[in-house]
Amino acid sequence: MAPTVSAIGGSARTDFIFMMLFAAAVLTAPFWASFIGAGYPDLLQKWAIYGLFAIGFNILFGLTGYLSFGHAAFLGIGSYAAVWSFKLLTMNVLPAIAFAILFSALFALAIGYISLRRTGIYFSILTLAFAQMSYNLAYSVLTPITNGETGLKVIPTDPRILEELAGVRNTAVAPTTSLFGVEMTGYPGFYFCAVILIIGFFIAMKIARSPFGTMLKAIKSNQTRMNYTGFNTRPYTLAAFVISGMYAGMAGALLASTDPLAGAERMQWTASGEVVLMTILGGAGTLLGPVLGAAVIKYFENIFSAFNEQVLNAMFSFLPEVLKEGAVAVAGLFVGEGWHLTLGVVFMLIVIFLPGGIMEGIRRVHKLFKRSDGSSRSGAAAESA
Amino acid sequence: MSILTVQGVNKSFAGLKALNQVNLKVEQGHVHAIIGPNGAGKSTLLNCFVGRLEPDTGTVMFDGNSLLNRRPHEINQLGVARVFQTPEIFPDLSLLENVMIPAFAHRDGAFKLNWLPRIDGEAEIRDKAEHILEDVGLADNRSDHAGALSRGDKRRLELAMCLVQEPRLLLLDEPTAGMSRADTNSTIDLLKRIGERGITKIVIEHDMHVVFSLAHRVSVLAQGTVIAEGTPEEIRANPKVQEAYLGGAHL
Repeated sequence: MAPTVSAIGGSARTDFIFMMLFAAAVLTAPFWASFIGAGYPDLLQKWAIYGLFAIGFNILFGLTGYLSFGHAAFLGIGSYAAVWSFKLLTMNVLPAIAFAILFSALFALAIGYISLRRTGIYFSILTLAFAQMSYNLAYSVLTPITNGETGLKVIPTDPRILEELAGVRNTAVAPTTSLFGVEMTGYPGFYFCAVILIIGFFIAMKIARSPFGTMLKAIKSNQTRMNYTGFNTRPYTLAAFVISGMYAGMAGALLASTDPLAGAERMQWTASGEVVLMTILGGAGTLLGPVLGAAVIKYFENIFSAFNEQVLNAMFSFLPEVLKEGAVAVAGLFVGEGWHLTLGVVFMLIVIFLPGGIMEGIRRVHKLFKRSDGSSRSGAAAESA
Repeated sequence: MSILTVQGVNKSFAGLKALNQVNLKVEQGHVHAIIGPNGAGKSTLLNCFVGRLEPDTGTVMFDGNSLLNRRPHEINQLGVARVFQTPEIFPDLSLLENVMIPAFAHRDGAFKLNWLPRIDGEAEIRDKAEHILEDVGLADNRSDHAGALSRGDKRRLELAMCLVQEPRLLLLDEPTAGMSRADTNSTIDLLKRIGERGITKIVIEHDMHVVFSLAHRVSVLAQGTVIAEGTPEEIRANPKVQEAYLGGAHL
């Protein structure tokens, strides 16, 4: 069959199947993740939240080609907005998310408006400068809003106006975040994040397949041609920037929803760098890649950092004593505190051998299968992913 | 009636006079060729029409609108499309997408947050794009990445990208450079066919075969000044042109 669909991305049918598979994989994560030692709510929540953050980042970086080095600022703004909503209005997470999206959108509009006057490295530096500025402000002059180093927390005596009006404000016990009575900790918290992740993924897919998304890809491909073709590219890039900022704000609100506190370190440049790593590791410009990248990094952070000498000794116990000591010493560098070293090595290997990230690896394996198979079944799902 | 009127345009770069009191009138529906030796200012002049350069003095009027102090996308939205000397296409996208994108600019204007519909559901724009791709002989490659095309095919693609916008003025900067004789002839045929649609064209060209088979009028530019203007026959016979352009060789 003539590959007419591939001329403009995946077909509606393959996208639908892909979407269903994604939703199924996310919702069954507590089951399958337990086989790789990741089946506990804390890590699963992080997968969903950072997956969402990376999906949003990819709308800017993957589609439009603008590399922001300051997206953690929106993560932090989202967290602060959410915690203030918990303190002032109610412990319900929905208003918190709404406020986080609103505030991160406003900040993204301002920061994007200025930063997008430049492209390439200058754009990246501008966004980095804005994020560091936000980080330092949060630590210093904005202490009344951010509570500085201690971080912003909810306390039993917070006003919580809506709860007060409804007569359900309890100033005796530490308040917990909830969704109409369901506490947002443990698995309920994960499923809430998972649903938001699926919605976020769906919207990102809508954008990627739409005329608007195609214009963003065209800007990445040749901005000069876009201008001479009659497009004002500035509003396009600004829209992409604001949308990705809203995703980051939403992720920040989810962080605050599962653990109601916000600290300035969430805005630090290392956090901005992390989402860049996630996106590139998974595959920039692909839909699934950023989620995979986020999952891999958070998995390493949680699993490898938990390895200690005892675990390693147990792992290498089959070796003779002398060799075992050596192996434990070498492997010890890569786990526990040293998990960043593992991450660095993996990242280097990916960038050198698979510049398209994990998604490119999947495509290559898929191609191998197709060739050995001899069948002509198209890999539209993998291609369009 | 003239659709483009250029009067007294001057442009200097660091003291070097690239354009010196250039006047030009392009008639509606005509193919107007601009010829001249290398460095005569042909591309500079074209850049003054699309917002890439601003002339130091002078006026450029297109159908009642000044083209000066406007950004490139605004000029395009007025109905002026341009084919570049080095093809400007979207190398990472498919041919079909390459041609659909300008069609969106033509239909939706300079900006539209059109994120709800699927792009493959835009049947009208897709049909239009496929039709133009057939016109330029690239329909079979519609799913290929544009970056993989040969130079000649990239030019044809860029031409398709301009034609799909139904421009009123099409600027062509050496549309057949780097093409084989057969490709050149098919491009001439194509340009003749779109001439029938009433699109006014300004062609910068070195290939006299192309100039004399297409142009209604020819302007000769030398050292930033128009030294002659007329029909192809008049230009061919003009001794001043032969002197300046070909060092006295017979055209």
